Order: sequence, then structure tokens, then C-alpha cells
Amino acid sequence: MLARKLHARFAAVFTAFMVLFFSCVAPADAAGKLQVMTATTDLAALAQEIGGDKVDVESVARGYQDPHFVEAKPSFLLKLRHADLLIVVGLELEIGWLPPLITQSTNPKIQVGAPGYFDASRFAKILEIPTGAVTRAEGDVHPQGNPHYWLDPENGLRIAKGIADKFSEMRPADASYFAQRYSEFEQKIKQADQQWQAQMKPYAGRKIVTYHRSWPNFAEHFGLNVVGYVEPRPGIPPSPQHTVELIGQMKRDNVKVIVVEPYFDLKTPNSIARETGGTVVVLMPSVGGEKEITDYFKLFDYDIAKLKQAFDTSK
Amino acid sequence: MKGLLLLFALAPLASLRAQQAPAAAPATLPNQDSRIRILEEQVRTLSEQVSLLRAEMQSLRETGAPASSQPSHVLLAATHMEPGSLPVSAPVSVSAETVSPLEPQPPQVAQTQTYGGASSNAKLLNPDISLIGDFIGTAGHNNVAPGKSLEMHESEVGMQAIIDPYARADAFLSFGESGVNVEEAYVTFTSLPAGLLLKVGKMRAEFGKVNTIHNHALQYIDRPLATNNLVGGEDGIDDAGISLTRFLPAPKGWFAEGTAQVFRGDSDGLFHAARREDLSVVGHLRAYRDLSESTNLDLGVSYARGHNDSGALASDPSAFLTSLYGADATLRWKPLRRAIYNSFLFRTEFFWSARDQLSALNAFQTQHAFGMYTHAEYRLNRRWTVGGRFDRSGHADNAALTDTGFSGILTYWPSEFSQIRGQYRYGHLLDPATLRYDNANEFLFQFLFVMGAHGAHPF
Repeated sequence: MLARKLHARFAAVFTAFMVLFFSCVAPADAAGKLQVMTATTDLAALAQEIGGDKVDVESVARGYQDPHFVEAKPSFLLKLRHADLLIVVGLELEIGWLPPLITQSTNPKIQVGAPGYFDASRFAKILEIPTGAVTRAEGDVHPQGNPHYWLDPENGLRIAKGIADKFSEMRPADASYFAQRYSEFEQKIKQADQQWQAQMKPYAGRKIVTYHRSWPNFAEHFGLNVVGYVEPRPGIPPSPQHTVELIGQMKRDNVKVIVVEPYFDLKTPNSIARETGGTVVVLMPSVGGEKEITDYFKLFDYDIAKLKQAFDTSK
Repeated sequence: MKGLLLLFALAPLASLRAQQAPAAAPATLPNQDSRIRILEEQVRTLSEQVSLLRAEMQSLRETGAPASSQPSHVLLAATHMEPGSLPVSAPVSVSAETVSPLEPQPPQVAQTQTYGGASSNAKLLNPDISLIGDFIGTAGHNNVAPGKSLEMHESEVGMQAIIDPYARADAFLSFGESGVNVEEAYVTFTSLPAGLLLKVGKMRAEFGKVNTIHNHALQYIDRPLATNNLVGGEDGIDDAGISLTRFLPAPKGWFAEGTAQVFRGDSDGLFHAARREDLSVVGHLRAYRDLSESTNLDLGVSYARGHNDSGALASDPSAFLTSLYGADATLRWKPLRRAIYNSFLFRTEFFWSARDQLSALNAFQTQHAFGMYTHAEYRLNRRWTVGGRFDRSGHADNAALTDTGFSGILTYWPSEFSQIRGQYRYGHLLDPATLRYDNANEFLFQFLFVMGAHGAHPF
């Protein structure tokens, strides 16, 4: 008797639950503008260059945040659920946080493999692709290559082309708009790159040490030579033994500049700099790392200015 | 029941929606480089196939008869080849008798030439596989619930993959000292209409926070006393069933989500389905808000209801129900710039249990028991975290008896893929055999190691 009554009550509660589920219909997508979400700010900046005022762009990660360790906060779901397009860095950079966000977003458009899922690494030149056996004895290696590829203006241009094609495919009516913005961007970045190259020319072939392996594409493009890392292995915090070895190597090779990303502790780099008479310079790997870095161009402006300064002070 | 019917009504809708999704347009390549790279890839693939074919032709011509060995790559025997597809390794378990006489022995040449292409490309379709080893050691005094001195507590194999454009699947098999347990194995449909997320399979129920977390992802070595006393022990509510989740409308700045789940009704020591219709249900409402960029608040209320086994000898065994109510609150702080060095987490969960049972005098009664835990932890730097937990919980079948405990926890991470943890645990516990309280003082230590695919960090 009691069970029956409870059963009825439970059924009522449960039905109410289900009715609640179905009654609340998601608000209609904002008409017109393409809703674009990106994993990182750099991709957002590139998407904004191409999309102009025909798109709304937002990044999940912030520019001063370690893109390996973003938290999968539910608040991101609110944005992802209405996205038409999700642009990711790929190469397992976001493997620790993006997959659950994509699943829980309940947005069919941005699921892996759907037309609204865009992996920017497919368009870029990728460095440090491991050959042979890959083990975690080498730390948190990325088996498909180094994911920090956006720090090369040529890759920026390649990704922008991919984004422009994707936008045109999704909004054929605006295809000529995107094509025009792309060609403007192409012109602008080629011009800017000439200036950057000219600024970096005096320092060609300089040896530097970086904290994490975030800079291979940057170094290759601007002719720098990364000879060592503060991390003994990617993702492994500095160890005393490795630091001593690194100091010895820097002294032998006369390396004076230590490049650090904004999300790493400066204690070890500073003590290395003291030992070697070098300079620590915090470069921004991403747009938005500092307030003044508002777009993809200013990212290189900022980093190159800082780097020049560091090279000049550490003669 | 009605919920179930609705669920099934949903399935065809899902496939309809799925068919509407346009096929991915052919990728347009932005530059010569990548096009050349792809062409090179294709040429290499083709040349591998040609050399395979040539070798097979030759061995066919030479032997004509089977050489009784197991073929690893057979192109000619394949009934249909997709353009550009690669030979897939035949199963190694093929015995000599079952090998058809037409299948040739693979020549050495082919094997040395296909080690890269064929095998690694076939591997690409394997699920992401990982294994997490969880070793626990215990020392000290505990007469009530003594743990083993040294124990390979579990080895959890995880397999995760995208099934098709509309679903993904996750399976976690836990190999313990006493056998294998399917901890979770479910498919998640991600492309349903109306923003619904459907999970089908065996899963940890969405009841509070700690019930959803796997052992290796806990912030402590053991589970809180309240879990053990009221919510089904270590495995918690972990059952075969169907789960439906949906975002709920919420005020600006808030995130709200509702989950409704139906299970068979068998969860260790908590729910027991004597009849097929003795299903259990779980409901969960969650509200989340970012207080600032680095601080957030996560609130939840949960409800679970199912039949218990206390009426096994009664005339109507299904008349005995257990209802559970839960409330949870989590405050997290993690400054974005210093995310890998410093963070703070504070979490409290309350549980209320109402359990029907027979009293000592064989009269029908309902026991109302309460349990809770509070946990806080602070990450000191990249490698060290300290934490503490306070526990208090009544017993589900005798609410007058209450266990109390507290723990101090210290965790060290050599890297992202291993973890060493120590925990001091004090307990003022009821010994069910003697019905007397006993003090437990224990030291636990744990080694965790992760192999294989990089899993997502729990939030």
C-alpha cells in the first residue's frame, strides 16, 4: 500500500522533471552573426581578423594562462552550446580540458568531426614531430608535434586562410567579404613581418634558453637558436641537477637570454640569470597576455620589442 | 516508467537530427606545402601496397601451398579495398588449420616495409587506452574496518573513443584484488535535439560530488565515512541505467543543469531490486557561478530512491525503500596565471538517508540518518598539496549511532602522470559486532601511476 503510494508520488515527481526538461527550449541562435569559439586567444585574434563584424569571437583560455591547464568550467558550456564553430589548436594541447567541454556542450555543430569543429593545426607548419618511439620518459611530449605553432607569422597566415575558407563555406553569402579581409590581412602581415624580420636581423643566430618548449616556430622564423630549456623535460618542474647543467652550458656557449612564459615561476630562471650574468625576459606566447596585446600583430610587436631589449642589455 | 517511455521516444528523433548534419566538405588546403605533404603520404602508401602485392604475387608463384604461418598482411585476399585505405593486420590468433590454402605466407620484405605505415594507421582507430594503477598501504590501529597492509587496490583500464558522428563511449574496467568490475561503461549521445545529453550504460550516478569521482581522482585515499555508511560504500551508486542531462534556464551569470537517471536498482549494500520493476532513480540539480576569473562556486542538490534488501524475509520485499537526499557546495580558487602552482578547494556535502526496515520487534520502521564531510585543500606549489577532511555520519540502519573522523592529507606529484600521497586518519567508529565505539589511528599511503592516453583533468 505504502509502496504503491510512494510509487505514484515518485512517478509524478519524475514526470514533472521530464516536463521541465522539454518545456525549456534553448533560445534561438543570434541571427546573422557567426558564433565562433576558440580554444586560445591567438586563434580568436586570427578569426576576428578574417571575420570582422560578421562574426562574434570568444576564446576559452586567457592569454596569460597555461593552455595545457585550463579548467573545464561549466560557465564555458554556456558559450560553447551556442557556437557555430569551434577552432582548436589541436596536437593534444587541449586534451586535458576540451574533450569534456565539447561532450557536455550538447552542441552537435562543434563535435569532433562535425563541420563546426576546426583543427587549426591541419593548416600550419608543425615542428618537433617525434620520430621513432615516444615515451613519457621525455616528459609530457606531444606525439603529433609541438602545439605552439601559432608563434610564426607564416603559420598565422596559413591558419587565417583556413579560417577564411571555413567562414566562406559556412556563410557563402559573405564569402567575398571574408576573402577581401583575408587579402587585407595577408598584405598587412607580410608588411609587418618584413619590419619584424628587419628588427630581429641584428640578432640572427643568437642562442637563447626558454622555460618550456613554446618557441620553436618563433625561433625558426626569426633565426634564433634555442639551445636549452629550464624544464628538464616538457611539463616537469626544474630540478637542481638540470639547473646546474644548464648554467654550465649557458656559460660555455655564452647564452645570455632566458625566455619565460608568463605562467611559470621566475625563481629558477632568475637564479640562472644571476649565475650566468644573463637576463630573464617574460615573453607572451598569446594574444591578451598583457592588456596592450590586443591582436595578433601586437603579439609580435610586444615580444620582439622585449627580446631586443633583453639582447641589448645583456651584451 | 513514464520517463523511460519518453526516453525511448527520443531515440528516433536523435537519428533524424543526425541525418540532417551535412557531410564535412572536402578540406581545402591553404598552401602547396601541406598538399605536397599529403601527396607524399599517398605515394608512400601506394608504394608500400605495391611492394606488398609484388611480394605476395611472388610467394604465391613460388609456394602455391600454404606455409602454415599466420599471415599478418594480406592484400590480395581482401574482398574490397577502399581507395587509399591501408591493409589492416589480421588477428594474430588465427590458427594454422583455419588459414585458407590460398593465403600466402607474408615474406620478410613486406613486413620490414610496412612496420610504419600499416600498423600505425590501423592503430589510429583504436580507442584511447589508459591504465591507472592505485597502490594503497595502511599501518596503525583500526579494529572496525581494518584495511590491508599492502594492496594493489585497483588497476583501472580506461578506453575512450568517439563512436560515430553522434556519440562517444567511455569504459572503465577496474581490476581489483578480488576480481574485475566494470566501474563504468556507457555511450553518450552528443547530438540530440533540445540540448539533451543522453548516457546509456553502467555509470556512477550523479548523486552529489564524491559519488561521481573515480577512486584515483579523489583528493584523499579513502572515501568519506558518509559514503561508506549511507551511500553504498566505495563504489557508491554505480548501476546500469539511463541518464538524461540538460541545461536549465538560469539568471545571468549562473549555469544550471538538471540530470535525471533511471537505474536497475542494484547498488552494493544500498539498493536492491527484488523484482524487475524495482528501479531506482537519481535526480540532480546543479548551479554554478564564476565569482571572479579565479574563484567559482558550485552548488548541487541530489535525490535518490530505490528499494533496499531489508525486507527480504517480509511478505512484500519491495515495500522497503531507501530515499537519499544530498546537498553539496564547492568553492574553488585558482588564479589563472599561477594555475599550476597555487589553488584552493573547499567542499562540503550533506547526506540524509531515510531507510525502511524491520525493527528488532519486527515492526516496520524508517531510520532517518544524517552524514556529512567537509574537505579543504591548498596547493602549495607545483608538486605539493596539503588537505584536511572532517567526517561525521550516522549508520543507515541505526541512525542513533554516529561515526566521527578526521584526516590530514599530503600529496606529491613527481609529474602529471604519477602521484604519491600520505594520509593520517583518525576515526571514532562504531564496531557493529560489539556495538561499542573504538578509536582508530591509521596512516595510509598511496602510489598512483598513469599509463597511456592523457585523460582529462577532473573539475
